[in-house]
Amino acid sequence: MDFQEKLVHDLVAKHGTDRENLLPILQGVIDQERYLSEEAILKIAKEMSIPAADVYGTATFYSFLDTDPRGKYVIRVCKTITCAMKGKNQIIQAIESFLKIKVGETTVDKKFTILQTNCLGWCHKAPAMLVNDDVYTELTPESVVDILREYREEN
Amino acid sequence: MEKYKMHILICGGTGCRASASEAIQNNLQDALKAKGLEEEVQVVMTGCFGFCEKGPIVKILPDNTFYIEVKPEDAEEIIEEHIIKGRKVMRLLYTDPEKKEVVSDSKHMGFYKKQIRIALRNCGFINPENIDEYIATEGYAALGKCLAEMTPQAVIDEIKESGLRGRGGGGFPTGLKWEFASKNEADQKYVVCNADEGDPGAFMDRSILEGDPHSVLEAMAICGYTMGADKGVIYIRAEYPLAIERLKVAIKQAREYGLLGNDIMGSGFNFDVEMRYGAGAFVCGEETALIHSMEGLRGEPTVKPPFPAESGYNGKPTNVNNVETFANIPVIINKGAGWFNKIGTEKSTGTKVFALAGKINNVGLIEVPMGTTLREVIYEIGGGIKDGKKFKAVQTGGPSGGCLTEKHLDTPIDFDNLLAVGSMMGSGGMIVMDEDDCMVSVAKFYLDFTVEESCGKCTPCRVGNKRLYELLDKITEGKGTKEDLDLLRNLSTVIKDTSLCGLGQTSPNPVLSTIENFYDEYIAHVEEHKCPSGQCKALMQYVIDPELCVGCTLCARNCPVDCIAGDRKEAHIIDTAKCIKCGACMEKCKFNAISIQ
Repeated sequence: MDFQEKLVHDLVAKHGTDRENLLPILQGVIDQERYLSEEAILKIAKEMSIPAADVYGTATFYSFLDTDPRGKYVIRVCKTITCAMKGKNQIIQAIESFLKIKVGETTVDKKFTILQTNCLGWCHKAPAMLVNDDVYTELTPESVVDILREYREEN
Repeated sequence: MEKYKMHILICGGTGCRASASEAIQNNLQDALKAKGLEEEVQVVMTGCFGFCEKGPIVKILPDNTFYIEVKPEDAEEIIEEHIIKGRKVMRLLYTDPEKKEVVSDSKHMGFYKKQIRIALRNCGFINPENIDEYIATEGYAALGKCLAEMTPQAVIDEIKESGLRGRGGGGFPTGLKWEFASKNEADQKYVVCNADEGDPGAFMDRSILEGDPHSVLEAMAICGYTMGADKGVIYIRAEYPLAIERLKVAIKQAREYGLLGNDIMGSGFNFDVEMRYGAGAFVCGEETALIHSMEGLRGEPTVKPPFPAESGYNGKPTNVNNVETFANIPVIINKGAGWFNKIGTEKSTGTKVFALAGKINNVGLIEVPMGTTLREVIYEIGGGIKDGKKFKAVQTGGPSGGCLTEKHLDTPIDFDNLLAVGSMMGSGGMIVMDEDDCMVSVAKFYLDFTVEESCGKCTPCRVGNKRLYELLDKITEGKGTKEDLDLLRNLSTVIKDTSLCGLGQTSPNPVLSTIENFYDEYIAHVEEHKCPSGQCKALMQYVIDPELCVGCTLCARNCPVDCIAGDRKEAHIIDTAKCIKCGACMEKCKFNAISIQ
């Protein structure tokens, strides 16, 4: 049993095979692998006895259930109006030039992916971003680079 | 609990935590220990105080001293001066921007004076990770009262009499909703808490869950008692990690205290709560879509009826309420419907939490009685517009709402008045805009949001909103015509009339309200091809003032497309046809010779 097979098997064993458990299982795979590969979707479909097309259809509905490969750290910059008013574009530019990739792309070392997302609910502390599950607020083009440098130097 | 003489409350809302409130807590505790005062003064990390503009905030009880923008290194001085010598640290107090007076007591600050905090009663007052503190502020007393003294119908009648309406935006009477769910017989029923807050500009549900998670759990249990449900589910968006963490702690503590689980308080009533996480889909805030998402399906809405009260989660009767609605319930039970329905206006009772954001001095969370005017909210509580600029509009109700202007400033805010002026309450986000904001671009922003978040199930919403966006885009590019404005209006009406769920039925509101209130601005875009606030990139031109230009060539050297010409010590000229409007020249010019027209 490879890692992914075990992961899916354990998640299904933990949550159960009812359809209502599909989302928690998909989220469990995302936690480990950062995206849902075709193989992972097929394995979930098989374990839960749901058509693979249904699993894919459900996953693609949700913006946090990515079906494209993502880096170890997924950066989601809030693009809502209040963050836009407070200079979200400069933040994006700073991240792009630091990581040398564009929004939607993943670095060659598979460490970072830059995405934009809708309101994160930090309008009073704009601009804001998420790096996986961690929130960073009141960003400046300088602070965002410092934050990402720490992630890059980590292990 | 030990008896302490003084309490130091530190805001532990995520906003303040991000700016070092944990370090402040540690330093305060160290300083207390150094002075041997740790037995007499308690340091508490609380939920959000709401005054996020000036965070991190430290409040001292019992004298209500309110310190702003506190740094970890200020801890020692606070202990030394305030706690030991009884002298307030003047430099950390708040200064009223209008009167230029130092205000030491939060009760006299403009920001708090007009507020009545019901849903936010415990935010910034108790430690949300300690159930004892919640219990000490009448927590779980309402649940006890319901279970011991009231029949389910009596509780429903109390809520009905209170006049409480759904705070998630729709404004449907909560008591009625509970009654429908209670009347439908079934072997299994569900209480669902909708914490899938997603309106741009709204963050009150997050703050309530971070600052007072038990109030929501208590209210869900009360709701379960009225309708005969023993299962509760909180559907919370994955973007709120701290709220999720606090809820987990709260659920665990409530179970340990027997306030969730079997035979609650020996009454024979069983109720437990589990959590489900959203995965980034705005439409899941719509109750039928939310239920489908909980069922493991695509989060698409379905036609009502059947209402969730008849056939909801797994086909069973389900009652869905928003976080803020739930947070009001325990107070209504404790203080009585007659107390609650005297606050606010006749048809919108109680208070509403608003999230102030945008170009306003005091950003943050506020809670005011229904019927408070926009002017009071923006000027008295919000402290007016940033940098002395002119107020232009306030957007309420997120993508379902509209922009209100100067002439609406004295409208009392309640559900019906906002609808009457073409906006809506929504979840309570208020984004304030000043003279520099282009209203066509604002409408375009919201449509961009709707296009992305539309689930695609019904055609008017999927296709219609896309067409609206394209028309607005065309106008901001300077290619719009006057006929496009009529088309925008007609298309908006069709989308409103024919969409399946609340998302599409309200999504054209930002367009309609900006056309209605800022018609001149639209006309300027389509007839003169100008953006009066200078925001639409395609419509602006960088111009060099020959009087001010000294011919230093700095701009020409920095222009990435070489569109600036001119000899040394001669005035330069920008070739507007080649200019990409990057603004590099304006940034570099040391003589302010370059402006946007």
